Amino acid sequence: MADALIVAALVLTAFMATAVVLTRDPARQAIVLSGYGLALAILFLLLQAPDVAMSQTAVGTVVVPLIVILAIHAIRRHHTREPDRRGRE
Amino acid sequence: MSHLPYLVAGWILLAGIYGLVTSRNLVHAVVCLSVAQSATYVLLLTIGYRKKATAPVFSDIKPTRNVVDPVVQAMTLTDIVVGATVTALLLALTVQVAKRRGTVDPDELRSLEP
Amino acid sequence: MSRRVRLLVFLLSGAGVAVLFTLAAVRLPDFGGTWHPYGERTLPNAIRRHTPNVISSINFDQRAFDTLGEELILMAAALAAVVILRTVRAEQEDAAGAHAYGPAEVSDALRITGYLLLPVIMVTGVYVVAHGYISPGGGFQGGVVLGSAIHLIYLAGDYPALARIRPIPMFESGEAVAAGVFVLLALAFAGQVKAMNAAVGLEVGCALVLVLAKFFEQALLVRKDA
Repeated sequence: MADALIVAALVLTAFMATAVVLTRDPARQAIVLSGYGLALAILFLLLQAPDVAMSQTAVGTVVVPLIVILAIHAIRRHHTREPDRRGRE
Repeated sequence: MSHLPYLVAGWILLAGIYGLVTSRNLVHAVVCLSVAQSATYVLLLTIGYRKKATAPVFSDIKPTRNVVDPVVQAMTLTDIVVGATVTALLLALTVQVAKRRGTVDPDELRSLEP
Repeated sequence: MSRRVRLLVFLLSGAGVAVLFTLAAVRLPDFGGTWHPYGERTLPNAIRRHTPNVISSINFDQRAFDTLGEELILMAAALAAVVILRTVRAEQEDAAGAHAYGPAEVSDALRITGYLLLPVIMVTGVYVVAHGYISPGGGFQGGVVLGSAIHLIYLAGDYPALARIRPIPMFESGEAVAAGVFVLLALAFAGQVKAMNAAVGLEVGCALVLVLAKFFEQALLVRKDA
């Protein structure tokens, strides 16, 4: 039973990792990354690592996606000036 | 079954590197790098796993020898938190690149002009 | 290098890595096996030092010097991110609330949930740090919970309130003091698991708040001089 659960979690993790990589739009990718963090946390929990699962839940599903979203927002602010600069060139 | 978990770690690593190589956006590249890094977590924890063993915490059970390997868990634990700040540093650099060059497409960043 | 050449190089080297990795993986000990030489050496020490959470014992007692290195990487990375994202001379910072980022139009349900959850999550974070000694948890996890909890205020739609309850200089000095205390503890008093948990919790929490604050500034407030 435990084995089957671990295999299922491993397959889910591999699938989510692939999904994160293949999501090309960074804003969507941040959301998928959050799901990947959750999948990793479930895997770690099944591997009898509650401490690591805790750390992964907090970091992987909240902090890193939040930073990614903020970075995208900051970059977009600099891109809004982009069209007129290109127009002049 | 006996070696499948290690191969999953290898798959995650290669998937992350593939995303890094084909990326058209530095933010996407940084996220792919963090995916590639997470392969080490999976590899370390699967190597430390032991069947029918409990987590290495003895607050409510009598100390026993039948626990999963705590050393790899301790390493992974610190790595996750430190890795997050390193990802934040890379994203900070990306924001700076966007400010100075007006693009985050690695193909448009040719030379090291100021 | 064109995109096609780059992909070709990746395919070749990726195939090489895949073959070598697979060859190495099949020679590793079986998954779930009983051979764990490192674990067997650390367990008796953790039990002898009466630390019920073996992972805390490894991080802050048996391998405290290693954790010191990790801790300094964390501080260096956070410091570098803060320095890179500082407001430079060609930019200026708008006052918080000068835009529509003030109390935003979010539904009352979301706002109330945010305000109600904040104290609960802060207490959870403190609990995780304080009990890292006996139950799963510790400075690293609790620090992350504490550092991200106060950003619930932003999710509740109130950036000015977030900026008010998070005076940056206080967190900067908190970060510096916690890092100094941790270096002292790791070098002179390794094994004080509870104290080290608290120092790490403070440091991780402050580092996260500082880094996120800089990202928030860049995303919401900073603009180039016209």
